[in-house]
Amino acid sequence: MNMQEIISPENVVYQKPRLMNDHPMHYCPGCSHGVVHKLIAEVIDEMGLAEQTIGIAPVGCAVFAYNYLDIDWIEAAHGRAPAIATAVKRLNPGKMVFTYQGDGDLAAIGTAETIHACNRGENVVIVFINNAIYGMTGGQMAPTTLDGMKTATCPYGRNVSLNGYPLKISDLLAQLEGTCLITREAVHTAAAIRRGKKALRKAFENAMAGKGSSVVEFVSTCASGWKMTPEQANQWMVENMFPLYPLGTLKDK
Amino acid sequence: MANEIKLLKGNEAIAHAAIRYGADGYFGYPITPQSEIMETLMEEQPWETTGMVVLQAESEVAAINMVYGGAACGKRVMTSSSSPGISLKQEGISYMAGAELPGLIVNVMRGGPGLGTIQPSQADYFQTVKGGGHGDYRLITLAPASVQEMADHVALGFDLSFKYNNPAMILTDGVIGQMMEKVVLPEQRPRRTEDDIRREQPWAALGKPASRKPNVITSLELDSAIMEQNNIRFQAKYKTIEASEVRYETFKCADADYLIVAFGSAARISQKVVELARKQGIKAGLFRPITLWPFPTKALNACKEKVKGILVVELNAGQMVEDVKLAVECKVPVAYYGRLGGIVPTPQEVLEALLSLQV
Ligand SMILES: Cc1ncc(C[n+]2csc(CCOP(=O)(O)OP(=O)(O)O)c2C)c(N)n1
Ligand code: SF4
Ligand SMILES: [Mg+2]
Repeated sequence: MNMQEIISPENVVYQKPRLMNDHPMHYCPGCSHGVVHKLIAEVIDEMGLAEQTIGIAPVGCAVFAYNYLDIDWIEAAHGRAPAIATAVKRLNPGKMVFTYQGDGDLAAIGTAETIHACNRGENVVIVFINNAIYGMTGGQMAPTTLDGMKTATCPYGRNVSLNGYPLKISDLLAQLEGTCLITREAVHTAAAIRRGKKALRKAFENAMAGKGSSVVEFVSTCASGWKMTPEQANQWMVENMFPLYPLGTLKDK
Repeated sequence: MANEIKLLKGNEAIAHAAIRYGADGYFGYPITPQSEIMETLMEEQPWETTGMVVLQAESEVAAINMVYGGAACGKRVMTSSSSPGISLKQEGISYMAGAELPGLIVNVMRGGPGLGTIQPSQADYFQTVKGGGHGDYRLITLAPASVQEMADHVALGFDLSFKYNNPAMILTDGVIGQMMEKVVLPEQRPRRTEDDIRREQPWAALGKPASRKPNVITSLELDSAIMEQNNIRFQAKYKTIEASEVRYETFKCADADYLIVAFGSAARISQKVVELARKQGIKAGLFRPITLWPFPTKALNACKEKVKGILVVELNAGQMVEDVKLAVECKVPVAYYGRLGGIVPTPQEVLEALLSLQV
């Protein structure tokens, strides 16, 4: 068998998702953002929704999500993506509308927009990247930062008596009548990635079926913000984040 | 629906005009003295007839971002509020200007600062025409002086904002919002189809067909060289608007020795003052800017040789008076008269201010 015979369509076992372009990615090595982007690209393409999908990008490290996926995008002000998604979906009920938001975006500055979009049961998907830190602005404390965890704005560790408690916003969103699917995923192993993709697929199907709001939280690493190697970050996430933010389905109705 | 003559409050006229214009959506949050706009829309249920979406948002911040989202897919969408709520919308207005999105915002002003009063005021002039939100941007600003103009400015505001891909504001106050007058409502226009929008707003984020590149609506550009070019493009657009879209009205100005310059409700009072002054043999006239930005600088400048004095009447501490002074290059005495905190002056007190102008 020569090289040309090997490189043929029937031998393809893996390829870059069709909707991901060749724009150089700005994410740090080991960052969860890139993997989640890939899963979203695959789900949209597999569902045949590429021409009907509108993504709402956040302010945070994923602000440039619009550079990587070949779909139409709207870049939101910090935290406002769910309000924007609300209008886009209501004005275009047949379209697939999703937001992509970090923990600061979704659970601090955008808490009101998140809760009310979910409470109205907007038929959109919220993809939530919880890395317990403000990655983009240089590693400050997030609402999800763990008790005792060091960040640029809590250099001696988060002190809950001063800063309050890590916010389990997905648990809160699961209480709302408007949400149909709330699930917590991760992308640190192949098995987790497969599970995460299934969750995304279900969320996208819910939105198209008009079942209400779906939130797919990805407990994520921020090796740079955490000042670790990618490998250490994965391990730290498993040991420290998962006990507080356990993976699994919080709500599926 | 054909043309229709109705007796309406200014706020109600805005709601009816929006439906008849074929607006796609309204997003708002209640606040006095403009709540009738959303109340009327909810009563009319346009989603059953034209398909217009009407939604009560959780805050003014959410409402303006809903407008941003709707505009980003090329839809004709609007919001309304009053002063404290408009302060909250400034973030979204700045983002709309930066992303070059059209959309209509209505401010039925009340007295401030802070929670202030629910009584009428024009104290948000600076906020509206000088910025309000961050960055070097301009907001097309219309100042209706009657219930008829409240209705007419809905169409004009949408048309101008879509012509220039720039947000537009109707800047009015509790007097015009609450007063009842006869109004001719235009005939119902159809809402545009998705095909219409894809043709007329090819930049809209409505889903990417295979035939084109992704549409991305954003105000972000980290490359300063490109961001400077973006700003230069915005400024060129603002220059075009200043050159082409100035609107104003004059009342008995042709032979006037003394000019009152006033907008909105203050102009309504001032029109009466002109009549009272003329009865006393004083040749007074009224110059009423309809667009506050672009400001009728040239037209006012042309008056500077003809009049002996100008009185600017405002329901604030003297804001537009600065633009009037600039317009006439201080070649004529320019005085200000106004009341604050929700007090509306009587024609008699304005007349006295005008008489004291006389040399
Ligand atoms: C109104 C406003 N406030 C603050 C900022 C600065 N800012 C940019 S991103 C960010 C936090 C992002 O953190 P997160 O949402 O967790 O996203 P990550 O970068 O971690 O993915 C902040 C505070 C901003 N852009 N706008
Ligand atoms: S700073 Fe953190 S979240 Fe941002 S790209 Fe780097 S690793 Fe990812
Ligand atoms: Mg984060």
